Amino acid sequence: MWHDAFLVAGKDLRIELRSKVALNQVVPFAAVVILLFGLALGPNRAVLSPAAAGLFWVAVLLSSVLATQRSFAVEAADGARDGLRLSGLDPAGIFLGKAAAVAGELIVLEALLSVGVAVLYGLELTGALVLIATCLAATVGLAAVGVTYGAIASGLRIKETLLPLLFLPVAAPVLLGATKAWDEALTGRPGAGAGWLGLLVVFAVIYVAVGIVAFGPLLEEA
Amino acid sequence: MAPAVSLREAVVLSGRFPLLAGASLDIEEGEIAHIRGPNGAGKTSLLRLCAGLLPLHRGAGFVLGHDLSVERRSLRRQVGLLGHQSFLYEELTVGENLRYALRASGADRHRAEPAAARLSLAGRLFDTPVARLSAGQRRRTALAVLVARDPVLWLLDEPHAGLDEEGRQLLDELISGSRSRGRTVVLCSHEHHHAASLADRVILLAGGRVVKEPAGVA
Repeated sequence: MWHDAFLVAGKDLRIELRSKVALNQVVPFAAVVILLFGLALGPNRAVLSPAAAGLFWVAVLLSSVLATQRSFAVEAADGARDGLRLSGLDPAGIFLGKAAAVAGELIVLEALLSVGVAVLYGLELTGALVLIATCLAATVGLAAVGVTYGAIASGLRIKETLLPLLFLPVAAPVLLGATKAWDEALTGRPGAGAGWLGLLVVFAVIYVAVGIVAFGPLLEEA
Repeated sequence: MAPAVSLREAVVLSGRFPLLAGASLDIEEGEIAHIRGPNGAGKTSLLRLCAGLLPLHRGAGFVLGHDLSVERRSLRRQVGLLGHQSFLYEELTVGENLRYALRASGADRHRAEPAAARLSLAGRLFDTPVARLSAGQRRRTALAVLVARDPVLWLLDEPHAGLDEEGRQLLDELISGSRSRGRTVVLCSHEHHHAASLADRVILLAGGRVVKEPAGVA
């Protein structure tokens, strides 16, 4: 399983490095989202700062839909999805590999986006340990949910519209937990954020476990 | 010795529409079988069933000893399918696609270079992304994957399509040489006379069923 996971993750990341879709489309999309939030709420930093954590994670959540769609778009070209099934790779390995690649891209996005949020919303990034740990746990959860539902949506003609519909409600607990954890850390209460962080870890473990079990049948049936 | 492919009243459905409507046939190990039939006869579905890509809805089917009702996934590493699609990743080079396919199937990745050289894809082309290749070169790359993997069962759907004269000749050699390597080949083609000249046996498919099995070459 791990050999297959490394193989798939390496392939997906190599494709991403070469096509630069995340860099040229997903990162600018996330930047535009936080910029638009800023325009909608006005230039008053007293309004923007308290909302920053939520706005950051909404931007990450929306971007993760794009990253997941891209991850399955490469499998849709020229029958590669059938190629993936024919390869004989362990479905759990495929799931872990694709989720790891999506998570890697999201981590880079979050690093860039947090700088953007700090600059645009006048935020001081305090409680770095909780912020980073929250990013890791939430990203694993988002990537796991995204790849699981991506397997369902990728086999259907309505995949572009179906994936957000399936993905966003299930990812809502991650959005809530990550926002609360960041909020607590940014307001100088990292200890209170640790509780939400624990919840995120539980969600991540559940989503990964479900993905490992469900991905094979989903890839076959969708 | 059990046949490499054995189907009994095999039914494959797409929704309610039958892709295969009770096909029965045996293809022996080491045999080259040419499946012929009009458009919509079920040729591609038959190959996809044998590759473990389509589920068997009714009837019985065994491919390389694997029961198609329960063991489709374990079968797949032993079969190679050259279909209408290349199954290649556009952003990866020819070499990267070959190595990835070999590593995924558990084969030695060092087979990539010799296979590419055999299909005239060595040198600059080996390091060229598939997106920049012509249709014929893509077809050669897909064929090179098959050559590198050298699966026990070769499933070829219109394999000559898109190949130039040199590529067609090479493909013919590969098909003919499969006997000596103990490989089984199932070949679907609309180039009836050419395919039949390569095959040991011709199987006629119509309406998702085997309707006639002419003795010798048709």
